[in-house]
Amino acid sequence: MLLSIKNLHAGINGKEILRGVNLEVNKGEVHAIMGPNGTGKSTLASVIAGREVFDVTGGEILYQGKDLQKLSIEDRAREGIFLGFQYPVEIPGVSITNFMRTAVNEIRKFKGLDQLPAGEFLRMMEERKRLVEITSNLTNRSVNEGFSGGEKKKNEIFQMAMLEPTLAILDETDSGLDIDALRIVANGVNKLRRPDNAFVVITHYQRLLDYIVPDFVHVLFQGKIVKSGGKELALELEEKGYDWIKKEQE
Amino acid sequence: MLTNIQETITPKRLTDLFEKNRRLLFRDDTAVLSAIREKAFASFSKLGFPDTSLESWRLTDLQESFSRGYDYHLQPAAEVDVQKVFRCNIPHLDTAIIGQLNGWYVSKDVPLMELGNGIIMGSLAEARKKYPALVEKYYGTVANDAIDGFTALNTAFAQDGVFIYVPDDVKSPRPVQLINVIHDDRNLFLQSRNLIVVGANAKLSLVHCDDSYNHQASFSNIVTEIHVGEHALLEHYKLQNLNNNSTLVSTVCFNLEASASLESHYISLNGGLLRNNIRVLFNGPHGNANIYGIYLMDGKQHTDNQVFVDHASPDCTSNETFKGILDEHARAIFNGHVLVRRNSTKTDARQSNKNILLTDTARVNSKPFLEIYNDDVKCSHGSTTGQLDQESMFYLRQRGIGEETARMLLMFAFADEIVSKIAIPQLRQRIEDMVKKRLQGELQICEQCVLHCSSPEHPVDFKIDLGKI
Repeated sequence: MLLSIKNLHAGINGKEILRGVNLEVNKGEVHAIMGPNGTGKSTLASVIAGREVFDVTGGEILYQGKDLQKLSIEDRAREGIFLGFQYPVEIPGVSITNFMRTAVNEIRKFKGLDQLPAGEFLRMMEERKRLVEITSNLTNRSVNEGFSGGEKKKNEIFQMAMLEPTLAILDETDSGLDIDALRIVANGVNKLRRPDNAFVVITHYQRLLDYIVPDFVHVLFQGKIVKSGGKELALELEEKGYDWIKKEQE
Repeated sequence: MLTNIQETITPKRLTDLFEKNRRLLFRDDTAVLSAIREKAFASFSKLGFPDTSLESWRLTDLQESFSRGYDYHLQPAAEVDVQKVFRCNIPHLDTAIIGQLNGWYVSKDVPLMELGNGIIMGSLAEARKKYPALVEKYYGTVANDAIDGFTALNTAFAQDGVFIYVPDDVKSPRPVQLINVIHDDRNLFLQSRNLIVVGANAKLSLVHCDDSYNHQASFSNIVTEIHVGEHALLEHYKLQNLNNNSTLVSTVCFNLEASASLESHYISLNGGLLRNNIRVLFNGPHGNANIYGIYLMDGKQHTDNQVFVDHASPDCTSNETFKGILDEHARAIFNGHVLVRRNSTKTDARQSNKNILLTDTARVNSKPFLEIYNDDVKCSHGSTTGQLDQESMFYLRQRGIGEETARMLLMFAFADEIVSKIAIPQLRQRIEDMVKKRLQGELQICEQCVLHCSSPEHPVDFKIDLGKI
């Protein structure tokens, strides 16, 4: 089992958002988490990544058998957890090249590996850029600074390709994307899918799931996973909307 | 001559010192210079030192600095081991070096160098003797006793300092480094006076460092007057790396003639109390001034930047960007004052001051201020003070970058907006290294000067490699 979440309760400033989430993810699987706005999808992603503004008030998250709550944000990342941000942060003055080189080398150091020589690193950048079909020269620019919405999301996928996570959580990576950008993002994910990694794709719409075909679909509603199923569940949601779930819960 | 006044500095002690040494002070003055000195002395006698009752000194109290007690040298030290003090420069950067020890010009060979292209540089005391007409034409015209008690005092006592003259149409082929080292085994009060003239259509890059090599207390009152001629360009780099017992009141007055350009960079890395009075006068239309500043302060360090830009002519552009990172109990003050006079149409003036406070005990007072007497202008000002951005921290750490490294990365990126503006690549590289070292708390006194290298050059090993690859 790669990720095992049991009865997870979490909130912010004393307000409970997650009210007993249960989720199990195995290697090789793609899970989609869907649900209306404000039901805790992004909170779940943030809590797995270790964002400090959220308090975990109950339950547990096990990742590769380890209690994630005991790990710092960076150690979770070094252990292979990647969060694709819904709103990637702009960091003026830090180039993507330096950012990625620092990240790759810190992760390598954590794993007891030597730093990647500059030439090898640059080759890796070029290769991954091609893999995720980034043609523009994003990498010399400051991280996300002045990027369009689509560029920011492509940059998230590029970073994912660079860091090769074991568990990638993509938080509404599809929001605000036109169809071409959506295709690039989805292709990136599909190319990176392997038997030894897993994806949790958080999305509001079924649209992305036309491109990234999930093994499981879960519906998060009022802080709980209220429904799980195969990819056909997404189609059902698309057809009936979330009112159907809401009614069922009432 | 050495005057021992190891007691609190007071205006009275200084006016007594002046009266007692009139013969020496006036000895080499021409009639014009002597009149300037006399007038400045009268002003200082009346003004004394500025104190916290004045708005521009409200937050910088010098009483503690004054009370340390200092010696005052009315003559330079007899023997200076020049090789020992100034023996190196920025690697791979071919510069002309002018050294000052405790405010006095020191030279390996001649007090005043006259280069083939007409550039003159060396001791101001010597220039006053040799080129009185040239000195008189500029001296005290913008840096004078009307500014404040410190400038008046400096003008009254001015004996030596640096003189640089770049004739019309001459582009100085290499940067000039002006290094003022404060080094003595007793507390020193020192005043030096620099005069720099860049002729019409001329160009000069000037790297001006204030450094100390030990922990002895000092109080420096330094006035630098810089004239930039029509269509001339001055790149000016002011590096401050003084010990924590030093007080520096630096007044730099830039006079920009029509279509002159100024790029000035203030890089304050260390110092007990650093006060920068930066004054820019647009004395003709179409001038342009960019003034950048970065200050990295910790402990109980105090820095106070007062930038006054006088848009006295139309069609001029000014841009001030000052940024600071303050740790522990450090204190920073930024006062930007842009004055747009009545006839200065089409003025474009911007001011910005941004600060990061790393602790609850660090403090910043920022006051960008516009005083505008013309409607046809574009002016803006802004100031922000905050902590390191938590969203950015989370983003970096989520990619596997450790907390400390992430902090460094963000701080360096913050500072780099200023450092990256440095036009000379070798200097930029060196200052980047110094900023990295400073942010890691590894910039040591005695090895801190951009130019000091009694030990061989070591590349700075930054834990995170920010080098461009």
